Amino acid sequence: MSLRLGNYESVIGLEVHAELLTASKIFCGCSAAFGAPPNRHTCPVCLGMPGMLPVLNRRVVEFAVRAGLATHCRIAPVSRWARKNYFYPDLCKGYQISQYELPICEAGWIDVPLEDGTKRVRLTRIHMEEDTGKNIHDAHGSASLVDFNRSGVPLLEIVSEPDMTWPAEAGAYLRTLRSILQYLQICDGNMEEGSFRCDANCSVRPRNTMALGTKIEIKNMNSFRAVERAIAYELERQVRVLEEGGTLVQETRLWDPDREETRAMRSKESAHDYRYFPDPDLPPLVVSASFVEDVRRSLPELPDARRARFVSVLGLPEYDAEVLTARRDVADYFEAVVTAHPNAKAASNWVMGDILRLVREQKLDDAPVIERWPVTAAHLGALIALIDGGTISGKIAKTVFEEMLACGDAPAAIVERTGLVQVSDEGPIVAAIDQVLAANGAKVEEYRGGKDKLFGFFVGQVMKATGGKANPGLVNALLKKKLAGS
Amino acid sequence: MLNDLTIATAAERLRRGELSAVDLTRAALDRIAATEPALNAFLTVTADAALTAAADADAALKRGAAAGPLTGIPIAVKDVIATRGVRTTAASKILEGFVPSYDATVTRRLRDAGAVIVGKVNCDEFAMGSSNENSAYGLTRNPWDLARVPGGSSGGSAASVAAGQALAALGTDTGGSIRLPAAYTGIVGLKPTYGRVSRFGVIAYASSLDQVGPLTRDVTDAALLLGVLAGHDPRDSTSVDRPVPDYAAAIAGGVAGARGLRIALPREYFAAGLQPDVERAVRAATDVLRDAGAALHEASLPHTEYGVACYYILAPAEASSNLARYDGIRYGLRAPSTGGLLDLYRDTREAGFGREVKRRIMLGTYVLSSGYYDAYYLKAQKVRTLIRRDFERVFADADVIVTPVAPTTAFRIGEKTADPLAMYLSDVLTIGVNLAGLPAIVVPCGLDHAGMPIGLQIVGPPFGEEAVLRAACAFEAATDWHALRPPDVAGREAPR
Ligand SMILES: [Zn+2]
Repeated sequence: MSLRLGNYESVIGLEVHAELLTASKIFCGCSAAFGAPPNRHTCPVCLGMPGMLPVLNRRVVEFAVRAGLATHCRIAPVSRWARKNYFYPDLCKGYQISQYELPICEAGWIDVPLEDGTKRVRLTRIHMEEDTGKNIHDAHGSASLVDFNRSGVPLLEIVSEPDMTWPAEAGAYLRTLRSILQYLQICDGNMEEGSFRCDANCSVRPRNTMALGTKIEIKNMNSFRAVERAIAYELERQVRVLEEGGTLVQETRLWDPDREETRAMRSKESAHDYRYFPDPDLPPLVVSASFVEDVRRSLPELPDARRARFVSVLGLPEYDAEVLTARRDVADYFEAVVTAHPNAKAASNWVMGDILRLVREQKLDDAPVIERWPVTAAHLGALIALIDGGTISGKIAKTVFEEMLACGDAPAAIVERTGLVQVSDEGPIVAAIDQVLAANGAKVEEYRGGKDKLFGFFVGQVMKATGGKANPGLVNALLKKKLAGS
Repeated sequence: MLNDLTIATAAERLRRGELSAVDLTRAALDRIAATEPALNAFLTVTADAALTAAADADAALKRGAAAGPLTGIPIAVKDVIATRGVRTTAASKILEGFVPSYDATVTRRLRDAGAVIVGKVNCDEFAMGSSNENSAYGLTRNPWDLARVPGGSSGGSAASVAAGQALAALGTDTGGSIRLPAAYTGIVGLKPTYGRVSRFGVIAYASSLDQVGPLTRDVTDAALLLGVLAGHDPRDSTSVDRPVPDYAAAIAGGVAGARGLRIALPREYFAAGLQPDVERAVRAATDVLRDAGAALHEASLPHTEYGVACYYILAPAEASSNLARYDGIRYGLRAPSTGGLLDLYRDTREAGFGREVKRRIMLGTYVLSSGYYDAYYLKAQKVRTLIRRDFERVFADADVIVTPVAPTTAFRIGEKTADPLAMYLSDVLTIGVNLAGLPAIVVPCGLDHAGMPIGLQIVGPPFGEEAVLRAACAFEAATDWHALRPPDVAGREAPR
């Protein structure tokens, strides 16, 4: 994506809302599971009925601390709950319980891998809050309904410093952040279902100036692609306005994915005074040092560390390590394959090639595919072992793999059933070679006259004659001997 | 008369089989029927449920089963406290017809203790007021003088107990709302330490100040009811996990309980503006305590004068947020509105809230709005800390603080409605206790020249309910003021 900003430079900061994978809601015992019939997961507390009071779910604090530690934040020993007051039908109390001036995590950073190196993006803060319900407008416009299943589901709001300059950087930051949250197993990172949402703050300013330009917030982006396109559109729009002598007003704009443009929200919707104040129903949140240490000890290996280990211990190229560790489920799967059969590079080739290609083709980008994957890591390891042991060729292996995908059987069973065993006896291969050389006398002469490139042709013909089952190593060796004239 | 019994005596007679819970409940219901035309203390009378509960209580008593401390005792509940299956309106039109599917924890505790809930009593709308004139369902009258207010906001609770409609009532106290009506109607009112009694299911006015407490005929009953209500509730994060003392034991000493008690008299609470009758009665009460062996000394609470201003910033701020949920979307009133969403909110809240509630919502919205937050809300929080420290200092060498409850006795209906500021000053002597989260009790200590009751306020340090009850009981044992009853208003109509 090329961006035309002329004499301007851009400043981008992101606010991410990550829905947490706790079993219950943040202030009541209702299930936080996604996808139930409307208003099934509700009680008087998360419906904000008169007299109801919030009681904090300890697990949410643990998740927030996990996120904070993984992103190098300072964990506040005392943080505070605030009320964010506004009116909306899906907000049953007329306020949202959030954190405001004393959030639980502050001043962190993450390293974002870019094509030309790594960029450190600072995090301003991470705070906890409750999600709201959802308004559903019926198609005829005659009624609006409210579903409060999401009301009270815990969220983390992760706010970056305006450290990014290009849409692609913003995209990379989001992918890295999502990967970290997935590694921590605190958010499934599903943008389409809204469990990983992003608002972008963008501004432009003349090159080499310090003061920030007018900040404009973009909402309503539900894919990484949308985030990058929306930011690109918005930056160019801002430059266009300024170059035409116009002025920008601070506002919130919505990304329209169909028309590929941002448009201003009605000013009524964005002109809010939230009247934050400390929630008198919740005491200040005290997090002890020992609690933080317990969480720190329970942290899993994070993508950075895992990438380094894949390179140093498993001997993988940087690129492979990068691709494989981007998703925890993929990396876990890869490691399980290597455990089944210790050929890391072969495993890497299979996972990066065939498996991620299928993931992409089936658009399983957001789902934890590996859990539902028909080819188990043990089976893929066994397949690689069959290749390494010479039982099947790499070419046969592709056919066996397709079969494994279809039926989920072990590769050995498929090989036995279909007779796809590699031919490693010299007899049938020599016979095939003789047949091929006899049929291509002219080419044999050319080869012997110095046209080495024809060797591949002969290999292909022999493989074809053996139905692809001949051991390629043996074919090579025997062919060389025959062509050499013996 | 059955209606004159205290809980303790009625419970004793029930246990001995000299009295049935059904008879006692019927007497209460008859009394309600006879006096309501004059008082308007009840918003909902739950006669059928009460008689069923009373029959259950009689069966339990007959079985000799481990009866609860309140088995068979008719009790009234302020209408800001949720009662499962019973209309709960907070005396507001906006909650018209609202029937909660849940009990407040205090309601649950009453039921578990065997109490017979006879109905929901009137109050100032959303507990905002000092005179019970702000109810959307009409004012409640003071049984001592039907032309006067019973005090607010638990005016219905106080009037019902004073007039014999129930043996006790639950109220809530945000700035004096239990103590002021107790004083105005000549009964005992106890506001526990903030966090001592669960607020779960109590319709919030100002969350950091609200506390539920009993209104009773004497101190013994207050101790008894507090024992039932108090205790940690995991559903209220501000409820304190701390053992509940044996409050009955705290008052066992009677008048001897005053011996050695160190009592502070804050000079700011005896300042000019006090009605002479009130000052005389309270001074006389302190003499009684001294004669019973208490040690009195003067003390100072220098930030007292900022209490009302501080309160009328913090309480409306919290109220403006707590009352945002009443929007016509999910329950209660929905105004017929033809416009958009904003119109629906506006029309519903316009039609549903009364003047005082609107006034406080606007005040609260203003003091929290950006640009004013620091100047008002934050400043008030700092003042609150100073007020709390004042009390801490005094309690360093005092067991309790004794003060008047209000500058005057019950005033005439309509007297202050046109002047909100004058009304707010009724709370000047009670508000500090809420801002500091302290326990305080009010006991009757005299009558003024017009025959209206005067109350004595005894304040304790945090979780000092035992000291407060001990001092109150000592005073009560040494005097007869608690035995006075208002004139019988049965059969009378409210004056026009
Ligand atoms: Zn719930």
